[in-house]
Amino acid sequence: MPRVKRGADNPRMSAATLYDKIWDLHRVTELPGGQTQLFIGLHLIHEVTSPQAFAMLDEQGLSVRHPERTVATVDHIVPTTSQVRPFADPLAEQMLSTLEGNCARHGIMLHGIGSGHQGIVHVIAPELGLTQPGMTIACGDSHTSTHGAYGAIAFGIGTSQVRDVLASQSLAMGKLRVRRIRLEGERQQGVFAKDVILHVIRRLGVKGGVGYAYEFAGSCIDAMSMEERMTLCNMAIEGGARCGYVNPDQTTFDDLRGRPGAPSGEAWDRAVTWWRSLASGRDAQFDDEVVFDAAAIAPTITWGITPGQGIGIDEAIPLASDLPAEDRPLAEQAYTYMNLQPGVPIAGTRVDVCFIGSCTNGQLSDLRDAAAVARGRHVAPGIKAFVVPGSEQVAMAAEAAGLDAVFRQAGFEWRQPGCSMCLAMNPDRLEGRQISASSSNRNFKGRQGSASGRTLLMSPAMVAAAAIEGAVTDVRSLLR
Amino acid sequence: MANQIRRIERRAIALEGNDIDTDRIIPARFLKCVTFEGLGAWAFADDRTALAGCHPFDQDHHQGAGLLVVNRNFGCGSSREHAPQSLGRWGIQALIGESFAEIFSGNCLALGLPCCTTDSETISALQRAVAANPAADYHLDVEALTITGPGGSWPLTMPAAAHRMLTSGQWDVTGQLTARDAALRSTATRLPYLTGFTC
Ligand code: SF4
Repeated sequence: MPRVKRGADNPRMSAATLYDKIWDLHRVTELPGGQTQLFIGLHLIHEVTSPQAFAMLDEQGLSVRHPERTVATVDHIVPTTSQVRPFADPLAEQMLSTLEGNCARHGIMLHGIGSGHQGIVHVIAPELGLTQPGMTIACGDSHTSTHGAYGAIAFGIGTSQVRDVLASQSLAMGKLRVRRIRLEGERQQGVFAKDVILHVIRRLGVKGGVGYAYEFAGSCIDAMSMEERMTLCNMAIEGGARCGYVNPDQTTFDDLRGRPGAPSGEAWDRAVTWWRSLASGRDAQFDDEVVFDAAAIAPTITWGITPGQGIGIDEAIPLASDLPAEDRPLAEQAYTYMNLQPGVPIAGTRVDVCFIGSCTNGQLSDLRDAAAVARGRHVAPGIKAFVVPGSEQVAMAAEAAGLDAVFRQAGFEWRQPGCSMCLAMNPDRLEGRQISASSSNRNFKGRQGSASGRTLLMSPAMVAAAAIEGAVTDVRSLLR
Repeated sequence: MANQIRRIERRAIALEGNDIDTDRIIPARFLKCVTFEGLGAWAFADDRTALAGCHPFDQDHHQGAGLLVVNRNFGCGSSREHAPQSLGRWGIQALIGESFAEIFSGNCLALGLPCCTTDSETISALQRAVAANPAADYHLDVEALTITGPGGSWPLTMPAAAHRMLTSGQWDVTGQLTARDAALRSTATRLPYLTGFTC
């Protein structure tokens, strides 16, 4: 018997959050150590965090319990210029062939290069309709929180846990608290989901979410597309939350309908009824609630070395004396590392490299937003600018819409799908002290492949604006 | 039980700084591997290069140390288990800090590496004591949650579940998870998306 009854007609559940309902439904048992064994509905794997997990499985004589609930792709190490095998980098080639071998041996579906569905794992699973409301999802990648956009509870896990999910389709977990983050009101033009989440992290801090699941709600979220909600949930993890989600609604269902993995026929109607019933009840009890005025959010950009060091495009880099005492040492480190002066406006900061892509902002709508800025303009001299679609599907759709031509004519390179310069496990990387305008999610020291490389995080449209001007620019001035 | 982690007696390293992320603990290029072996050599690789031999992990008197005393939000960023793997393979057996990122401490737990916490004053005092006397052994009592060495004895905290799992030897959960076959099956039968949305 289900512990959670279907349908909004169950008044007992009206005080439960979506997180509570999904948790309850997937609870297998309590473990002796005190954690809960939680069933995992969908396990996504890729080449970087799975090889050691398969090796552990072999060592311990275990098999994959639900190969049909496990789906693989290759994203982190693939080159984005030529994806011809074997790869020029023998280590990358070894990682991909290890994944291919493991998938073949265990009967796991692998969406490889040229399959039509290769891409960043957090882009392809929603695209295939594998990501659905009410699921628990795990992947050996911290940005698994992305899938929460569909009303799933999705966790990034480490390799030992990848082994656990392979072996048992379950994880040992502790229950989280839920913070509702309400974003009310309408965004200004030129303010994207990326700006919203950078603003939230700026206000709540990079560890503000520790111990929490973030529920994003409010009229601003209701109005967002699924791709925007994915951007938001993607970076919940950068705010310290273990996962982030949005309650499923008509936007979710319209997006899912017709996708290969989505239910069809009568099952579709039953699914929608169940999905609707999962949303946090009207009287749901939250452990915490924070409200933001979406209309007051400006295009937001990071100036420092954590995603929490963000400011509005019209602000100056904060003075240490204006920051809370506990944030000052990190600010001092950031001034030095970034070679940026406190008190100086961020707009006008020269950049060297402009990167549009990643699981945060490598979707079709992201490319459209950036192309709208690039159209009829040209990348400033000396700037390296490139666009990396999140998946083969995104690439095909963008090419069908002529976006690749818009970018090429504007002087951007048009690449093949992968994680690219989000992290430096493939040939795309910063050199020396280069500074990038990047639509990715992390600005940590050395993140983009050079130990002294610097990263400014912003929306894809802002990256396009930076490429055109050769410097950090308020995209609103180019949209008018 | 062989897996019980109750007492660790080793020299300690004070590593100062908030928000030390996993890209710093083990830069992404070292993730290009199909085994964790050898990762110990690359812990903090870029920080160590930047400090040209002055990073604590390169200092002679810290070789063989087993306790790492850190500050706030240590291990934030990516879910890479390569981070605790590299620390463990370098020789670290437990971490003491103001706070740890959740995925990081979860990964540590899966490897049997305790992450103990305490307030920032205590961490500062402990870091000062360790820096003043790097040759001394510190006694981490995981059961009682204290650390004792020259300079004092300090109380620590740890989430109850992690504490119980480490001290009772139940931190390696794979066996427990795979053992519950019937419960796993019955959970699957009540999941609408596994049953054509009929349940
Ligand atoms: S795009 Fe970046 S953050 Fe996303 S999965 Fe790839 S490496 Fe991770």
